[in-house]
Parts: sequence; C-alpha cells; structure tokens
Amino acid sequence: MSDRIFGLFGILLAIGFALSALAIEESFLSDAVGPKAFPLIIAAVLGLSSAVIALRPDPEPHWPALARLAELAAAAVVMILYAQFLPEAGFVAATAVAAGYLAWRLGSKPLEAVLTGIGTSVGIYAIFHLVLGLSLARGPWGF
Amino acid sequence: METFANLADGFAIALTWQNLGLALLGCFLGTVMGALPGLGPSNGVAILIPLAFTLGLGATPSLILLTSVYYGAMYGGRISSILLNIPGDEPAMMTCLDGHPMAQKGLAGEALSLSGIASFIGAFLATWGLILLAPQLVKIALLFGPAEYFALFALAFMTLGGVSSTNQAKSAFAAALGLGLAMVGVDSQTGVPRFTFGEVHLYDGLDFLVAIVGLFALSEVFIFLETRHGGSDAQGRKMEIGRLYPPMSMVKQCMPTMLRTSFLGFLAGVLPGAGASLGSFISYSMEKRLVDKEGKTFGKGDPRGVAAPEAGNNAAAGGALVPMLALGVPGSGTTAVLLAVLLALNITPGPLLFTQNPDVVWGLIAALFIANFMLLAMNIPMVGLFTRLLLIPPRILMPIVAMVSFVGIYGISGSSFDLMVMIGFGIMGWGLRKMDVPLVPIILGTLLGNSMENNLRRAITIDNGNWGTLIDSPLSLTLWAVAIIGFILPLVFGRRVKAQMHERRDEEGSISD
Repeated sequence: MSDRIFGLFGILLAIGFALSALAIEESFLSDAVGPKAFPLIIAAVLGLSSAVIALRPDPEPHWPALARLAELAAAAVVMILYAQFLPEAGFVAATAVAAGYLAWRLGSKPLEAVLTGIGTSVGIYAIFHLVLGLSLARGPWGF
Repeated sequence: METFANLADGFAIALTWQNLGLALLGCFLGTVMGALPGLGPSNGVAILIPLAFTLGLGATPSLILLTSVYYGAMYGGRISSILLNIPGDEPAMMTCLDGHPMAQKGLAGEALSLSGIASFIGAFLATWGLILLAPQLVKIALLFGPAEYFALFALAFMTLGGVSSTNQAKSAFAAALGLGLAMVGVDSQTGVPRFTFGEVHLYDGLDFLVAIVGLFALSEVFIFLETRHGGSDAQGRKMEIGRLYPPMSMVKQCMPTMLRTSFLGFLAGVLPGAGASLGSFISYSMEKRLVDKEGKTFGKGDPRGVAAPEAGNNAAAGGALVPMLALGVPGSGTTAVLLAVLLALNITPGPLLFTQNPDVVWGLIAALFIANFMLLAMNIPMVGLFTRLLLIPPRILMPIVAMVSFVGIYGISGSSFDLMVMIGFGIMGWGLRKMDVPLVPIILGTLLGNSMENNLRRAITIDNGNWGTLIDSPLSLTLWAVAIIGFILPLVFGRRVKAQMHERRDEEGSISD
C-alpha cells in the first residue's frame, strides 16, 4: 500500500515538474535544445519509475506507531525553531537547548540530557570557534 | 617512470606538517566513525565536508582529510563486527560472519589484528592499482566529447543501483529526483530561472552540500529517534581482546586469501554500481567457494573468512576512487560525497584534473599511502582505544552529529534558509529510507545534473539540433550498451545477490557504500 501511494505521489510530482518545466519562459537567445528539454526528460523518467513503483509494490515497510511519528515531528519542529532562533539567541544557548532536547528524546535522563546539551554546545564552540576560528552565530551575549 | 616522478612530487606535497596532521586526524576520525554503528563512511564524510570547506582548507588538504576518513572508516567498521556481531558500517557486514565466532572462541585480538593486516594489504594494493589504472582511464576519457560524457553520466545513473539492487524503479526514481533538484536555479546557458517559484534564495540553485548533509547525516538522527535506540550496544557486553598480534602461521595461512581478495575487491570498486559492500561480499563468497569447499570452517570462525571481506572492502574503497578521479563519475556513495568536495572547491574532476591539477591527484595518492600506514598503526596496537569508544551511546552521539551538521552548513552561508532546507532534506531522507529508496542516486543527481544537461545541450548544439548525435560514435554506443546491460542485469540477479548479502540487513541499506 505504501508503495502504491508513494508511486501515485511520484506521478503527481512528475506531472507538476513537467508543467512547471513547460512554464519556463524561453529567452530569445536560446540554444538548439533550450532550457525545457532536459527537465521534461527527467519528468518522463520520474513519472515512468513512479508508475512502476505503484504497479509493482515492494513488501510493506515497517512504519512506526503514531506516537513515534509525533516524536519525529516534534524533533523536526525543534530543529526548525533552532534554525530560526540561532541568529537571535546565539550559538551556545540555542545549541545547548536543541542538543539537550535530542539527547532527552533519545532516552537520556533529564539531568544527563542537560549535561549532554551543554557539553555538546560548549565543546563545539571551543573546538570550532576558539581553536579553528570558524564563525558561529553571535547572540546577544556575543557567543 | 613518469608515474614514479609524479608520485615523488606527490610525496613532496603530502609531507608537510599540515597535510600529515590532517591525514592523522582523518584516519582517527574515520576509524571512530566506522567503528560506531550509525555513522559510516558516507555520512561521516558528509558531515565533515562543510567543515573542511568553511575552515578554508585548499583542495589537496581537504581531499587528504576526507579520503583518510574514507579509508579509516573501512578499517573501523570491523571492530564492532568482530566484538559485538553488529557491523559498524555496511561494508563490514560480511566480517561479522567469521569475525564474531572467532571472538567467541576467545580469539578477538587475533581477529582484530588479522583483519587490520588484511585491511592494510587491501588498501595498499588498491592504491597501487589506482596509480596504474587511473592514468590509463584518463587516456580513454580524453577521447570523450559531450555526447560521450552524456552517455557516461547516463551509465553512472543506470548502474548506480548496483547488482544488489532489488528495485530498479526506485533507483531510477531517486536518480530522476536528484537530477530534478539540480535543475532548480537560473539556467546557465540562457539565464532564465527554473523551478524557483520566485524565491530569490533558490536562484543560485540548491546547495548540494546542504542536500548531502541533510540526506545522509540528519536522516540518521531521525532513524535513531524513531527507534529510540539510545543505548549503546556494547553496554554490559564483555569485550576482551586478548593478544594483539596474530601468530605468524595464521598470517601465512591467510596471505593467499588476502592477495586474491584485494585484487577482486579492487575490481569491484572500479566497476560502476559496485562499491565496498559488494567488494567484501564477493570476496567472502569467492574465498568460501575456493578454500572451504565442504563448507566446514567458514562461518565458524575461520581466519580466512575474516581476512577476505576486510581485504576486499578496503581494496574496493581504493578502486572506487579510480572512476571518481579519472572520469569525474563516482560509482559509490562515499565517492559521490568526495566528488561534492571537489565541486565545492571549483575543481572539475575527470581527465583534466590529471593535467591541470596534478598536485591534487598525486598529493592525494601519496597521502593515501601515508594514511594507510597510520591506520595500520592505529588499528593494531591501539585498537583497545577504539573498542572503548563503542561504549558511547547514540543518545549522546546523535545530538552531536546533528549539531555538527548544523554548524557546518551554517558556517558556509550563515543563512537560516539553508538550515531549513537541510531539515527538509533530513525528513525526506528518513521517509525515502523507510521506503527503501536509495539515497546515493539523489546525491549524484544533484551533483551531476547541471553538467549532464550542459553536455547534452552542447552535443546537440554542435550538431545543429540533431538528437541522433547522441548515439553517433562507437564510443558512445558502447557506453549506452554497458548502461543498458548494467540496468537490466540486476533485474535478473538482483534478488538473489541481495538476499545473500542482506541476511542481516538493516536500514543502512539506503546509504550503502
């Protein structure tokens, strides 16, 4: 079933890709092939392979329970928040929180998670910024 | 003779303190990454690329660092295979079969040191193979025009699924997806924006480094979160190593095996669509058939069964560098990631690399020889250190992997947008791995897409819009024929090979090397 849905999704993707390829504005200065041809070939391969996936599905993969999926979604949200707040909060604070959260969700005890978060963040800051001189996001406190 | 002069120049480049230090660092990190389940050669190299890049390392030093990681991972994978019966990375899968039984018999130290020697011999011979074969391949590649290059790229994509692929439709899907992603951005020949949806950030195209780190490293974090596999597999298991040197008689007994499988592994590495995992698989199966005809000792702790896959996978790692350097077309996951390094540094791999940047090629080759000796030293007397690293649980390791990935990508561009794209790729990578869609063709597609299209357009423009020019020369016809055979062969043999190879397979299949 998963493969059938996946294949169907792939076909839709291929159609969408082909349509937006057709919508590419041609410039008056074009070569013999133009900017549309290769994307259209790709769309054809994408569509064909998706059709085959849908018609000849593999055995069902093992999907996690809903709770696990929520877990993944939560981790993704934390990462997105991290990406957004990194420039404002600064590297050390943002990284400590994000790494601590991941450690906690991977099964660390709360105290251990806090320590992992702080350790990861300070460790990366020390190695990459202080030793190697990489520029990291500066927060209100300058680190 | 010219080869030796070149090699001598290479050693002059490699023997600086900086390059030696980088090789040592790479060997160490690589062994660690290979040893830890969850990090393998391809995602290990992936998280280090942006760092090498932002630290402003030149082409030669970056390549030395990252190929040392690659070679090191091939050594490191065996440690947990032997001690815990869990492959540290995919190529070390076959080492479990005889390595762990040896450890159970109390021969863990012998198994580790013997496999270290086998790894060394495999990698050493493969580096010589690289020296001898790559320049020959370059001579052929210099005859290639745009049409032949287009056919060569097609060949790379069609064979990338590999002999072990069960579902060629999914490999093709992945390749098309990667190529499609490469199309995003302003068309280099006419200057019109494509698939950008008006988003200015996308005009430059998607940064392939962002895609690689997201797909390889971040998706691994999601896999661990999904299974909540936070404890270390080594916890509470006794890991006694015992003596650190194998008896001379054992080495002697295994020597013919190591030499044969090094050769075989190297071949498997050079061929498109193979790679280190297949190299170790073929080596093990052939040795089993050759020296253990009645099936009495293999699988029960035969030292030759440890030596064969280890020599095979290290030789294949060296062999896989041949097409990557000489043609610019990688045949395996990790070499695809190494290609990204070259592209990110604005160096075009392929035949011209050998004439325009001989310092890069020969410096790299010399560094590989040096790295190999360092690895031998690290992996036999110091193997105890790495076994202790197996105790690091993923609940500590994975947050570090995630954060180092973010640091690397943020360091390149300093933009939150790239981080968001990387998270998107991470989630996509998780989903695709669940669906058993290989990730390597996606990466290769994003890397080679533009150059594939340019060659297509150049070929046809030269011939005044005649599409027939693509199959006009005997050389391109040959390439197309190989591509088609390579695509069809797995449909016939795939299921059988894969079933044998992946008896103990896990989700690392999608990023296999």
